[in-house]
Amino acid sequence: MSTMSNSLAETHVESLATAGLSQGDVSDFFALLKPRVMFLVVFTALVGMVVSPSNVHPVVAFVSLLMIAVGGGASGALNMWWDADIDAVMTRTRKRPIPAGKIQPGEALAFGVTLAFGSVIILGLVSNWLAAGLLAFTIFFYVVVYSMWLKRTTQQNIVIGGAAGALPPIVAQAAVTGHVALDSVVLFAIIFMWTPPHFWALALVKSGDYQRAGIPMMPNVSGPDATRFQILAYTILLAPLGMAPVALGFGGLAYAIMSLVGGFGMLALAVQVYRLRQGEPAMRVAQQLFGFSILYLFLLFATLLVEHGFGFFRPVFG
Amino acid sequence: MADRKTHQSLTPEEQKRRRKRSLALALTLGTLVLLFYVVTIAKLGPGVLQRPM
Repeated sequence: MSTMSNSLAETHVESLATAGLSQGDVSDFFALLKPRVMFLVVFTALVGMVVSPSNVHPVVAFVSLLMIAVGGGASGALNMWWDADIDAVMTRTRKRPIPAGKIQPGEALAFGVTLAFGSVIILGLVSNWLAAGLLAFTIFFYVVVYSMWLKRTTQQNIVIGGAAGALPPIVAQAAVTGHVALDSVVLFAIIFMWTPPHFWALALVKSGDYQRAGIPMMPNVSGPDATRFQILAYTILLAPLGMAPVALGFGGLAYAIMSLVGGFGMLALAVQVYRLRQGEPAMRVAQQLFGFSILYLFLLFATLLVEHGFGFFRPVFG
Repeated sequence: MADRKTHQSLTPEEQKRRRKRSLALALTLGTLVLLFYVVTIAKLGPGVLQRPM
């Protein structure tokens, strides 16, 4: 009898997993959705919606936004399922639910696939199938093209993979208008061009982490100096691109000022990153660029949101 | 039989987590029902009651 009890105790945890009974808490499943990335997805998608003139019902717009968020969360869960091995060796990611042993990889896969299919189908039914197709493509691009293929094979991983993070405004515009216009393509281009300086600034600081995980980030493959040059090059392209909404007429006066000041801020920091190459000051300025890049993108999109969503739009020309 | 024994051996903490997961799932399903209803009304508008017999 006692032998039987011991045997049951030993196989307890294993049995729970194989019996299909999860060990995870609700908060662990929520963490699989990468809430911070999801916030960025919702935020940029919302801006994609408000800059697009449409007479879609607010409920339809809200549910579309919700489904874009869920689709983004599904991408995060599937990314964590695939990358559990490298997440376990990086300090930044080793506390994620799968490497921490709170959620089984199979659970994350099932969770992600369910949310991915659910969000695409509901978006298609609620808004239109162009938006649903674009959302499906975004999830596919992030999970298959970026996570499974590019991330571990090329130093251009985050450049090309950045397209997935840049797509939400296009999906959102398609959801409320039924088509894709130049406005959202410009928003896509801004996020796309912003991604390399943002992530490479982080990679400069965390290059040891990426080295341990065997991820070919640019500082580990081409070296920190080549990375600093690339950061500067992308920022030189990003700063004027950030002002494109003004030229196209959907960025107003406030946006013009914000993109001009923010663009100069990005450029000044990128130049500093390029010049300071040794020791603590080099790490500090890379960290500053990483932090400022988040603020820069947030302010650009927040200004568009305030201008279009709250009636503060003042045209620069005419 | 073995499966039943395994389920009976859940610790209080595991039972608590399972209850929270069940509640979250129920809440999600309830929200979906409400969402489909509201979207149906929003998309059909006043026409929801005007259909050929």
